[in-house]
Amino acid sequence: MIEQDTTVTYDCLIIGAGVVGSAIARELSRYCLNIGVLEKEPDVCCETSARNSGVLHAGFNNKPGSLMARFCVEGNRMFDQIAKELDIPYKRTGKLIVGFNEDDRKRLEQMKATGDKNGVPGLELIDKERIHEIAPLVGGEFAMWSPSTAILDPFQYTVGLAENAAKNGVSFFFSHEVTAIETDEDGIYTVTTTKGSFRSRWIVNSAGLGSAKISTMLGIDEYTIYPCRGEYFILDQKIGPMLPVPAYPVPNPKEGGLGIHLTPSIDGNVFIGPSSEYIDSDDDYSVTQHTMDLLIKDGSRIFPYLKKESFIRNFAGIRPKLAPKEEGGYHDFVIERRDEIAPHAINLVGIESPGLTSAVPISKEVVRLIEEVETLKTNPNFDPIRRRTETFRDKTPDEQAELIRQNPDYGDVICRCENITRAEILSAIHNPLGVHTVTGVKYRCRAMMGRCQGGYCQAKISELLMQETGTKKEDLRYCREDGWMFTGDVRTKTETDADKSCEKEDAL
Amino acid sequence: MNPVHKSVVIIGGGPAGLASAIRLYEKGIKDIVILEREHQPGGILRQCIHDGFGLTRFKETLSGPEYASRFVDQAKKLGIEIITDTTVIGLTKDRLVTSASPNGLLQYQADAVILAMGCRERTRGALSIPGERPAGVMTAGVAQTYVNLKNTMVGRNVIILGSGDIGMIMARRMTLEGAKVLAVFEIQPYPSGLPRNIEQCLNDYGIPLYLSHTVTGIHGKSRLESVTVSEVDENFKPIPGTEKDYDCDTLILSVGLIPENELSLKAGVTLDPRTKGPLVDENCQTKVPGIFAGGNVLHVHDLVDFVSLEAERLADAVVDWVKTQELPECEIAVEADGPLGYVLPEAISGEKDVTFSMRVRRPMKNCRITISQDGEVLVSKKLKKAIPAEMEQMVLPHAKLKSKNPVKVVICSE
Repeated sequence: MIEQDTTVTYDCLIIGAGVVGSAIARELSRYCLNIGVLEKEPDVCCETSARNSGVLHAGFNNKPGSLMARFCVEGNRMFDQIAKELDIPYKRTGKLIVGFNEDDRKRLEQMKATGDKNGVPGLELIDKERIHEIAPLVGGEFAMWSPSTAILDPFQYTVGLAENAAKNGVSFFFSHEVTAIETDEDGIYTVTTTKGSFRSRWIVNSAGLGSAKISTMLGIDEYTIYPCRGEYFILDQKIGPMLPVPAYPVPNPKEGGLGIHLTPSIDGNVFIGPSSEYIDSDDDYSVTQHTMDLLIKDGSRIFPYLKKESFIRNFAGIRPKLAPKEEGGYHDFVIERRDEIAPHAINLVGIESPGLTSAVPISKEVVRLIEEVETLKTNPNFDPIRRRTETFRDKTPDEQAELIRQNPDYGDVICRCENITRAEILSAIHNPLGVHTVTGVKYRCRAMMGRCQGGYCQAKISELLMQETGTKKEDLRYCREDGWMFTGDVRTKTETDADKSCEKEDAL
Repeated sequence: MNPVHKSVVIIGGGPAGLASAIRLYEKGIKDIVILEREHQPGGILRQCIHDGFGLTRFKETLSGPEYASRFVDQAKKLGIEIITDTTVIGLTKDRLVTSASPNGLLQYQADAVILAMGCRERTRGALSIPGERPAGVMTAGVAQTYVNLKNTMVGRNVIILGSGDIGMIMARRMTLEGAKVLAVFEIQPYPSGLPRNIEQCLNDYGIPLYLSHTVTGIHGKSRLESVTVSEVDENFKPIPGTEKDYDCDTLILSVGLIPENELSLKAGVTLDPRTKGPLVDENCQTKVPGIFAGGNVLHVHDLVDFVSLEAERLADAVVDWVKTQELPECEIAVEADGPLGYVLPEAISGEKDVTFSMRVRRPMKNCRITISQDGEVLVSKKLKKAIPAEMEQMVLPHAKLKSKNPVKVVICSE
């Protein structure tokens, strides 16, 4: 993170550093523009972008002709290229949507027709035998098979986009919550944040759960976000080999979710979820007992091997829905420029699933909307390439030996469950965006995500983080701005003789 | 990569690893190495700065670091090779051990491998406690690491869930360092830790222990602000209407330990669903010949003294294995029954006296452990009480055995 310069007028300020904001930042950095990103949390990827199934959707769930359908199919198609440029771990596993009865079969046929219309490649209806060939342990009488669906690492994706944007000159301002937006007579926006104000010619609202609030600040006050929570379980990697592809039920169209499904993660865990529950607050990430019970019940229908001892964590995400509970289903993405109310502002509201898949096509749409107003000059220095730090865990012994030879920190395994080394943790701390929180390290290198949940390595990692960033114990944060970790030293050393003799005794 | 040959590779330099290494060395098996991931040997004892260790093994009370240093000093004196800062990342059934350290990747081909990796703590995720995800929720061992090894204070107002020993010890430790420990809540109708810890760590400091209670809500967006606690019924289901909120900034979990066997699984070792440790015979040999297991990786112990003793017995068997590449066949199955959670070992040869280790599932009073075969009692022992927190041991002299039929171990009230 960099210090703000109040004399600067940005060409464009992007509000929100989720996957969409980060994709827009990167896309705009292809042009000669001075770009800033304002994020209320201490890092990228703190809300919806981090809290989902990690699936690159194919695009058969969305209404033909909608932005959702178009961008989802495009995002899926172009992902090979993006993943190559940004070094994002992903895998085209394909996906099963399994059915049990005649109603399910009808809906699967409709879904296939929708998918075909949307241009989703290779959809087919398959029988029980084929299900068993693809995923021997998945239940269901028949299914739709979607070969283009993939699983990806949503943290790496967002971080990759943001790091690459930063490399191409975008400035990120974390823990800067936008509180007001005003325009002066020249049409320049002044954006007030909790840490000072910024000036900009253009505003992009990609604030996700906060997008209706920002929209209102821009004067476009017709939107309401209906937060809709989805809870998950994460299962131990020991279960991973039992589920090679995501397995979904036939969704209930009223619910506005995809139904409780099982998804292998790119790192070999399995997710069960998400539930779908409209809630009042846009930051209540609670998991609840009744939903946990529901997840196990519904999940077991598709995958009858859910045992409590395999559960390593729960989490929840919140969908920023434009469709209220009474209406259900999906409202299309709002991506607009409202010159009559807020010229030079691109307003994105209700970017829910398939937002992760659609992020790059959305970012290209934002550029198109800006280019309708002014001509953008190509940045000759734009470099689309970002490389991840080499990971130790997935290498052969010979490669591991070579990594350690080149950098002895690769031989210091700090996270024992995931075999994450000191080298990877240091690289996460010193990433181009800067890391200020313990979860910032976690999201970037997977340390603490294993079955012991940091029981062994969290103390070492927080110590390293404080050392490397010069942070005092009482200033270290876990995830959020007020999420303090420590109150300070247990005992403060003073140079009195009594203390010295105490220390000597301790040493004995 | 050319593997280095060793008679015995010991994975883990905690109490089990150290005790077995010393015994091996003293019995003439000197071509051995201990691989330890920390900078110093001693294992979890290094952070257990309270006393109460060694009463059985040394007939005196020591702190954890003192107990460990008895073994570390002896190992060093003997010249046993202890390689620290080294994590074992691979193990095959043919006993090829792969380890990583800043000095490089090293492989060992061992005649015998001793698994001595200890255990890890059960986490919030494994319990699936409902609520938000603020900072300030941690296991007792993590709190202990911060406070005792890192001089770092983790909170001011503390609730403890689970009456495991480490949780109670941390209740006292946090109190001594100025924190306010409001209460300890235990879901079971009885404490899960040792009676002496209830006395010395809770009662002496006026910290209340509530049985049949659990945490049913965690509140706080950034840092923990409060927890909801409910009473539970006999099926551990929260009773509606009994919810009570406690303001606190720290929730310490002491809700069980799980033997750390990910490496064992890589070698194809079969685990016992009851102990979560390997299935072993009287020699502490796993189902994979030449791979042995002892200490908390085998089953969770309440006293380190028994870890050392178990590791020493294990080493005696490893000496025979290294010399002859075979051990007496263990054909006699051992079956546990009734309220016993488990009995170790699960198979014996009948050719030597065997110490059985066992634990009850629920507290019992005036009870008797009997070991029988073919319907006949071989040995039995009367106990005033048996509690889940305390492991029981009993020796079966081999001369008592009459056949190769299964041996039954039962405990029943009198």
